[in-house]
Amino acid sequence: MLSTSAAQFEVPYVQVLDENGNVTNPDRVPSLNDEQLRDLMKRMVFTRIWDQRAIKLARQGRLGFYAPVAGQEASMIGSEFATNKDDFLLPGYRDIPQCYFHGYPLHQLFLYSRGHQLGGKVPDDVHCMIPQIIIGAQIVQTPGVALAFKLRGEKRVAVTYTGDGGTSQGDFYEGMNFAGAMKLPAVFFVQNNQYAISVPRELQTAAQTLAQKAVAAGIPGVQVDGMDILAVYSVMREAVDRARAGEGPTMIEAITFRYGPHTMSGDDPTRYRTQETQEAWEKRDPLIRFRNYLVSKGLWSEQEEQAYIEEAKETINAALKQADETEKMTVPQLIDSMFAEPTQELLRQRAEITGEGAN
Amino acid sequence: MAQMTMIQAITHALDLELARDERVLVFGEDVGHNGGVFRATEGLQKKYGEDRVFDTPLAESGIIGLANGLAVQGFRPVPEIQFFGFVFEAFDQIAGQISRLRYRSAGRFSAPVTIRSPFGGGVHTPELHSDSLEGLFLQTPGVKVVIPSSPYDAKGLLLSAIRDPDPVIFLEHMKLYRSFRQEVPEEEYTIPLGVANVVREGKDATIVTYGAMVATSVKAAEQWSKEKGLEAEVIDLRTISPIDIETIVKSIQKTNRAIVVQEAQRSAGAAAEIVAQINEQAIYHLEAPVLRATPPDTVYPFGMIEDDWLPTPQYIVDTLNKVTSL
Repeated sequence: MLSTSAAQFEVPYVQVLDENGNVTNPDRVPSLNDEQLRDLMKRMVFTRIWDQRAIKLARQGRLGFYAPVAGQEASMIGSEFATNKDDFLLPGYRDIPQCYFHGYPLHQLFLYSRGHQLGGKVPDDVHCMIPQIIIGAQIVQTPGVALAFKLRGEKRVAVTYTGDGGTSQGDFYEGMNFAGAMKLPAVFFVQNNQYAISVPRELQTAAQTLAQKAVAAGIPGVQVDGMDILAVYSVMREAVDRARAGEGPTMIEAITFRYGPHTMSGDDPTRYRTQETQEAWEKRDPLIRFRNYLVSKGLWSEQEEQAYIEEAKETINAALKQADETEKMTVPQLIDSMFAEPTQELLRQRAEITGEGAN
Repeated sequence: MAQMTMIQAITHALDLELARDERVLVFGEDVGHNGGVFRATEGLQKKYGEDRVFDTPLAESGIIGLANGLAVQGFRPVPEIQFFGFVFEAFDQIAGQISRLRYRSAGRFSAPVTIRSPFGGGVHTPELHSDSLEGLFLQTPGVKVVIPSSPYDAKGLLLSAIRDPDPVIFLEHMKLYRSFRQEVPEEEYTIPLGVANVVREGKDATIVTYGAMVATSVKAAEQWSKEKGLEAEVIDLRTISPIDIETIVKSIQKTNRAIVVQEAQRSAGAAAEIVAQINEQAIYHLEAPVLRATPPDTVYPFGMIEDDWLPTPQYIVDTLNKVTSL
């Protein structure tokens, strides 16, 4: 006897611009005004410049931990651009650009990279968590943030990011599943940049797409061309709007690539990927594609880009200077920040260090 | 005043806090409609609604992650882990995340989360229900660990735990849930965290203990008194992180001898830390080394041999005799 189908699913793939910047899908062109379109380009240029600078600074020892982002600009910038300022981001450690454009001060992101406590002191009016090192931990926290919004009746959305490797974590599934079961306003954004350090995405899972993992949580999953900022924005906007309207979470898989190493802590990508792969992805560069699109609409020029690069460099230098001028931490300060009220034991240990009133 | 079991005192405390502070949320596996596998949350969902007391999917990391996200947004979550042996599933969210939130954000975020969880031996549970894993969280900077031994303490300590601005792990010994009743005031009262309680006065040796071993130690002290005419002072730590070393030192100044009794294996639990602290702060008052009365370093025993494995009053008396003959 033939079995019948218990369930069916499909995974949509969305692209708006091709590699040359031509519109392939006119129905999905998001309604953004000229100013917003130019802003998207500026943000991508800023991020590329920031990345180049950060890599140099890391090599000089002027930055600490840094995970390069070149190649992922469309995926990062396009998705954050679709959120409101009071939506709450739960970033992974590579998601520094989203933090910055969501209001996280640049000098504090430098401090975070260097390993200074004040790097994590997100300003009260910035709705963003500190970048998460434990892959997947941010994903189980996302339903908690989203549930808070739902309980208070606030029209806000929790947005979290992880990579392709992160989708193999238990927490990735648990987070999506909680959000689905409780119908929470959340978006799970996966940046599939093809490699988890040296391990190619094919070794993470036999699943044909990562977006289909949403099926296991009973929530919509969409795959998007992550090198196409209009497609990313369009798909993300839809997910955020759905969440805000009380229709529950969405998972998005953005197909993208990181041109640089995994982190600046000794990773050498030539050990695990070929020059051909690298070049093939460089042809899909999100900046080339969107630049062509804007130039064809008369919204962007080479001179404008150069001028903007100078502006970006100045912003970065000013932030670097502010980070340099930040006061050094002390061990007693670390002790004092453990609890609202220090325990007797911590007070004893503090006194031991400072030599004040030790017993 | 009312006569309450420990489980009733816990329900009563949760009820008071849910009524007092609308930021308090109670959730976990089967804590809603069902009222909890031990009835600790009985009637609370009906009284406060599904937005305040609710069931979650069966996933411990998800539960504590949920608590973490809610805390970041200003709620005061009181999640439950059904049995503390399941804490390994949530280890990162506790030891890697909520315990560090205030520190890594320099105070911008905090996690006023109270994790309730049953544990403890003597009731013939299946595997990984009874294990004493509190020691893991003594080694976790940023969390407090509370273990009440009576209905009265359970209520006062739980109110303090929920009101604490930082994460607290509140461990409820299964054998104590319904083993005896005690007068518990109906009104609010708190017992400060980090403060021990001298439950039996004595002059010849100090027993430092917590959880179900408090009653066993008192029994041992009475036996010792009858057999040897010696009096043991029994200190119930109530909070094992941080440890109330002042109360312990004060007692040792009087008794000059001490043992530590715990249900956790020799290398686990709080015993080694207690001995180290005594060593640092009371060495000149000691006539003998501080000994530990604990189960051996095996995996938690199979149900049929549990009673042989757990410390008995006789074993504690033997340890007292050893420490007084040195």
